[in-house]
Amino acid sequence: MSSSDVHIGLSACPGCDATALATSQAAGQAQQGDREVALSLPTIHCAACISTVENGLLKLDGVSRVRVNLTRKRAVVHVGPDVDDDALTDALALLGYDAQPLDQATLSADQSNRAARDLLMRLGVAGFAMMNVMLLSVAVWSGASDATRDLFHWISAAIALPTILFAARPFYVNAWRALRVARLNMDVPITLAIVLASGMSLFEIANSGAHAYFDAALSLTFFLLAGRYLDQRTRTIARSAATELAALEAPTALRLTDGVPHTVTLAELAVGDMVLVRPGARMPVDGEIARGASELDRAFLTGESEPVLAQVGDAVRAGEINLTGPLDVRVTAVGKDTFLHELADLISVAEEAKSRYNSLADRAAAIYAPAVHLLAFAAFAMWMYLSGGDVRYALNIAVATLIITCPCALGLAVPAVSTVASGALFRAGLLVKHATALERLAEVDMVVFDKTGTLTLGKPKLLTGGDIAPLDMALAAALASSSSHPHSQAIARHAMDQSLPDVTVTDIKEQPGFGISGLWNGARVALGRADWVGVDGGGTTLAVTGRDPVSFTFEDRLRVGVEPLLRALQARGLPVKLLSGDTRANVEKFSSDMGLEDWHAGVLPDEKARILGELKHQGKRVLMVGDGLNDTAALAMAHVSIAPASALDATRVAADIVLVAPDVSRIKDALRIAASARKRILENFGVAACYNAIAIPIAFFGFATPLSAAIAMSTSSIIVSINALRTR
Amino acid sequence: MDVLAYLIPVSLGLGALGLIGFLWTLRSDQYDDPDGDSERILRDDYDDKPAD
Repeated sequence: MSSSDVHIGLSACPGCDATALATSQAAGQAQQGDREVALSLPTIHCAACISTVENGLLKLDGVSRVRVNLTRKRAVVHVGPDVDDDALTDALALLGYDAQPLDQATLSADQSNRAARDLLMRLGVAGFAMMNVMLLSVAVWSGASDATRDLFHWISAAIALPTILFAARPFYVNAWRALRVARLNMDVPITLAIVLASGMSLFEIANSGAHAYFDAALSLTFFLLAGRYLDQRTRTIARSAATELAALEAPTALRLTDGVPHTVTLAELAVGDMVLVRPGARMPVDGEIARGASELDRAFLTGESEPVLAQVGDAVRAGEINLTGPLDVRVTAVGKDTFLHELADLISVAEEAKSRYNSLADRAAAIYAPAVHLLAFAAFAMWMYLSGGDVRYALNIAVATLIITCPCALGLAVPAVSTVASGALFRAGLLVKHATALERLAEVDMVVFDKTGTLTLGKPKLLTGGDIAPLDMALAAALASSSSHPHSQAIARHAMDQSLPDVTVTDIKEQPGFGISGLWNGARVALGRADWVGVDGGGTTLAVTGRDPVSFTFEDRLRVGVEPLLRALQARGLPVKLLSGDTRANVEKFSSDMGLEDWHAGVLPDEKARILGELKHQGKRVLMVGDGLNDTAALAMAHVSIAPASALDATRVAADIVLVAPDVSRIKDALRIAASARKRILENFGVAACYNAIAIPIAFFGFATPLSAAIAMSTSSIIVSINALRTR
Repeated sequence: MDVLAYLIPVSLGLGALGLIGFLWTLRSDQYDDPDGDSERILRDDYDDKPAD
């Protein structure tokens, strides 16, 4: 990334120049042997953030230059060879920013950035040439004649021909690619129109003819390049944000050699290795527990919201979260053999089905491209017959027809709308990953939800808090605050908002997988599984010697915005179905609270996919929203799918849209925006069709002049672009 | 119409100036971080010392 180098010297804003210069001087110039580190900073959002990050990092030893890119939420740091990445992220954590070093290999987004810049340059050149040629053409249209007209035409040719060779190159390349495999795409008629128009105009002016279409060829290039550029930019932004999400999950594991843990990448692990999984960490591989006991959060894999006890000998699968105690795991499968990868195969099958989806633009192009060629050829043949074999005259009319029908409006209609719609969705906190996802979202007639992690957070909330005596609550909180078990955290969180008596509990010990115990005024206090604390019953219980046992019940916390979302879906008349891997009791309670009638509990991953397949078979177009690995196959199977950003990478890959905002009700905005975008695209096609219905007969019967072509083309492009801005 | 001999080069020259300006902004990465640039101009640690 050379951006930071160049930016020091040249910038649009003098303030940045001055500060960048001053700060880099303060810290000394870049040293020999420096390396670049790219950091992802997902939480930066303002001018103060830029200053804090840049100045904070420059204070570190060995950092010679920092440049924050707010658009891409990144910082590029030049550091000396002996500076560790962790030192940078630690410094940023102290400043209050989450930072992750980005793997340079995953940052291929830079390449598409170069492609976008290349298009922008061609667009600029085409714009310059179009304006100048248009000025000269105005003189011709307003009555320049004889030598003056020829001079103007020759100057136009001198500007237009090199520009057309350079700026329209992407169209030639694409057209050639399609023709080589004997297919027609939109670029074939575009290339034909541009090349024929300039070739014919050159022939005309060599013979002192009256009509030259240089301005038309150039404005065609300009408008279509604008559409291409918008398209490219929308996709780059979505892709780079998606790569960033993936780069945040560095796949590493702690391998134990002679009892000492070392960080290694997953690729280095072999079957039979021992890995250490600390509490709070995710299982990197499939394996078997060799030492330790703990509880596992399987919500991602199965949808169960309750933690599961894990002891020596139990099998664990990649993706499960270790909750309470450290575990030594013997690796039984790595890489391709893991459960995760079996899922990936399922996904790729379904992905293929999605790539066969025919977008509106494809369908329009399939009708449009052959029609244009036939029309132009018909015009040529008809005028050859009428004029008694005058090739020059017939060709003139054929070219005029080709130019006038050329898909300015079509080429702009879809990219302009999808740029505006993706921008609106991005602001609403949704990332559109798949090119046709917006269109598919607009067609949805049923919504299927996963429960745990999607509508609920998979984090428990204490339900019986009000009924528990303050002393018991205080004792429970004192024990719970030392544990990372979700139930303990729920108790500690509940206790924080209350005024409780002061208690001192000593000798606190946690037995992973079972509970926590301690001493209070000489009496034993224990919080944990009922059978472990020595009480009949089930669930989490507090037992204090000499007092009645107290049992705690929990409920899964709702994600923000669930109720408004479900109400909005009901108002839209979309049926809602709940497919959960959680226990029947939990799902039943949730459904009755939310007023959902159509629900299934204890659904296995392949059952989810099977139900989705059945719905598809019935002709339903299902929007699937889910976050777990157990939803992955179903997400890929659905007509369109949304995954929250908290989901695992494998799940996000399978989803078409990623919900970055924590508020799940944004999905209703997504549905609205998608519907509006589809409407605008159809309207724009309507505009293009009306325009062609008027323009084609005029061109066909030989009344078209370069002036009318220029007016018609610009007007339709502008109408289409303005209409696109109405997408909300 | 002799005036055309001056006016046409002048108009083309002005256009070329605009094109060169555009290419320069492109080369110097000014379309890289539009959000950041709009915020940077407003930040408080504006440096009032001239760069030497």
